[in-house]
Amino acid sequence: MGLIDHIKPIFWEQGDARRGIYAYRFNFRQIWKLTVWLTLAVTVIPLVVMTVIDYRVSRAAMESEILLRTTRLVSNTRRSVAYFLDERMTAIDFVIQNDPYRSLKNPDRLSQILAHLKRSFGGFLDLGVIDDQGIQIAYAGPYALSGKQYRDAGWFKEVAQKGIYLSDVFLGYRNVPHMVIAVKHPREPDGFYVLRATVDMNRLNNLLMDLEVGGDGDAFLINRKGVLQTPSRSHGGVLEQIALEVPPYSEHSQVKQVLQYTKGPLVIGYAYINSDTPFILMIVKEKDRLMGTWKQSRTQMLGFLFGSIFVISLVILGGSTFLVNQIYLADKRRVMACHQMEYANKMASLGRMSAGVAHEINNPLAIINEKAGLMRDLLVMDQKCRNDPKLVGLIDSVIAAVDRCSDITRRLLSFARHSGAPAKELDLAEVVREVLGFVGKEAEYRCLDVTVEKAEDVPMILSDRGRLQEIFLNLINNAFAAVSDGGRLGVAIEKYDESKVMLRFADDGHGIPKEDLEKIFEPFFSTKIGKGGTGLGLSITYGLVQELGGSLKVQSELGKGTTFTVILPMCLERPCSGANDGGRSGENQSIEPEAANENSTRR
Amino acid sequence: MKILLVDDEVEFVSALAERMKLRGIDADWTATPEEAVGLAEKNCHDIAVLDIKMPRMGGLDLKKMLEKQCPEMKFIFLTGHGSEEAFKSGSTETGSEFYLVKPVRFETLLEKLRAIGSKSAGGGKNG
Repeated sequence: MGLIDHIKPIFWEQGDARRGIYAYRFNFRQIWKLTVWLTLAVTVIPLVVMTVIDYRVSRAAMESEILLRTTRLVSNTRRSVAYFLDERMTAIDFVIQNDPYRSLKNPDRLSQILAHLKRSFGGFLDLGVIDDQGIQIAYAGPYALSGKQYRDAGWFKEVAQKGIYLSDVFLGYRNVPHMVIAVKHPREPDGFYVLRATVDMNRLNNLLMDLEVGGDGDAFLINRKGVLQTPSRSHGGVLEQIALEVPPYSEHSQVKQVLQYTKGPLVIGYAYINSDTPFILMIVKEKDRLMGTWKQSRTQMLGFLFGSIFVISLVILGGSTFLVNQIYLADKRRVMACHQMEYANKMASLGRMSAGVAHEINNPLAIINEKAGLMRDLLVMDQKCRNDPKLVGLIDSVIAAVDRCSDITRRLLSFARHSGAPAKELDLAEVVREVLGFVGKEAEYRCLDVTVEKAEDVPMILSDRGRLQEIFLNLINNAFAAVSDGGRLGVAIEKYDESKVMLRFADDGHGIPKEDLEKIFEPFFSTKIGKGGTGLGLSITYGLVQELGGSLKVQSELGKGTTFTVILPMCLERPCSGANDGGRSGENQSIEPEAANENSTRR
Repeated sequence: MKILLVDDEVEFVSALAERMKLRGIDADWTATPEEAVGLAEKNCHDIAVLDIKMPRMGGLDLKKMLEKQCPEMKFIFLTGHGSEEAFKSGSTETGSEFYLVKPVRFETLLEKLRAIGSKSAGGGKNG
């Protein structure tokens, strides 16, 4: 038997196999399926929908939170960087406004100013004054750059044109990244001169490196060609070209998402540091890292969803199976009750008919009996005929035939009169023989060997004769159906224990297959369906035995025969005390018909 | 010992009465309950053998009427109808009376009659 058979509910195979008035009212399998699918649908679908909605809403919220935070960070950092640059440009501007040209031409004064700048702002490396011809006329700093010609340099042309200049980052002579700030100042009558300062980038680098970006993020500056101006953690070193696209110009801080990137999707915040600087601030974060907490809760949510679906399914399957089973059992009881009612009705009609027949026959029998008796009396008393044994013999045969007929009607009556009759003391062997009397002719025709053996110590028992007759008749009929002509049926009556007796009906018929043994007491189980069997005989027999407080068991071996064992209590319901003296139902007691008829009973 | 036999089967009851008479038992018989009441009034029998099921009046009703006339009268009931109802009424309502199913062996009936007769005789009446 496979696993499927184990977990399959008992109603599964019932379907509506039987038609007619005793068919089951419902298609249990269909009800079960309908219940399971409907309940699953109305519980699981809303759950899934809720989860999907929650999934989307929480993801959108998380994403917008990330974008908002990045925007804020970009905007703050941009302000810091812009301030850093502004501060230095303003300082140079101040110097050139404050000191007249002749003062600045003085290298000592220039060195003094450089020292002040270093002390106040830090990061200034050198300071030079260039006239409008591009010649450096004064220089304070570590190199001998006095008199250097800058007329053709790009920055000089630019500062001459715009008045102020801020360079990209470059390595310079010392191989340290730095940048140049140059400010132009007019000189009478129509010339100009330029104050130029070199600023190292350490301060700016530190400012960006110290930012808490989050999500393995990076904050750095690039120029408008995409060359890194400050070092980055994972996008290259200073003066390297970044792999990312240079974002388009925007006045405000912007955040965009790059979905296709080697390390997964990125969130990039950027801002142009004023329109007059070459710098673009970039803050780059890995989106997957940022969404980490949300992903964790997503996993939990999905786990909860699938767990819930599993538990709901189990509960629905179990609950539906249980409920449909209850319906099935109730319907089964109904069908059984219908059958039992029909059976009871049949038995009652049979009883009424038997009683009617017996009554109709008994009256004429009584007449024959008395008339024959009178004839006998007259013959015996008549002197002439007294010694004619032939006539007396003939009359005796008539009386004997009447006795036989009355035996038959008596059996019919006793069979009919079973329900509601009080329990009586009876001899089981006698009851068995009585029942065998009904089917005696069949046994004779089929040459069946039927024996009844009763152990010495089996007492009379107090029970319901009618029910016992039905039980025995069913079992004997069953055995007769199982054996072939010339077969054997042995009925053995033994004492089971102090309060019970046991009857064994053993035949040598074809036996019952093992798989059928469990089912033979179930209603409608029959191997004779279509051949006159209703499948009810043994189930009713089982019910009758239980009504008498006994038990019915079966043992069978295929091809060798079957033994039905009936175990009956010695007393039915009431205490057994009456069983021993019940025989003295004498003068002051009513005499039961059986007892009253004992003289006419022939065996 | 005087016996009253009442049964709607004339052939049966007449033959029964004749057999009793052959044995020297004083037996009146009738097929109608009404006549039975008249006979009982006249003779006041010791024992009445009544059929339970008769047209117009059953044996049990007849018994009540006869008891009014002869309180000492004993009864034996006969029936061809061994149904449950008859059985119940036979065993409970008739109380101390005997109850036999037809066809009954004549010897059995005589035994019952004698048993009742000897009991009545023990009571010192109509021996």
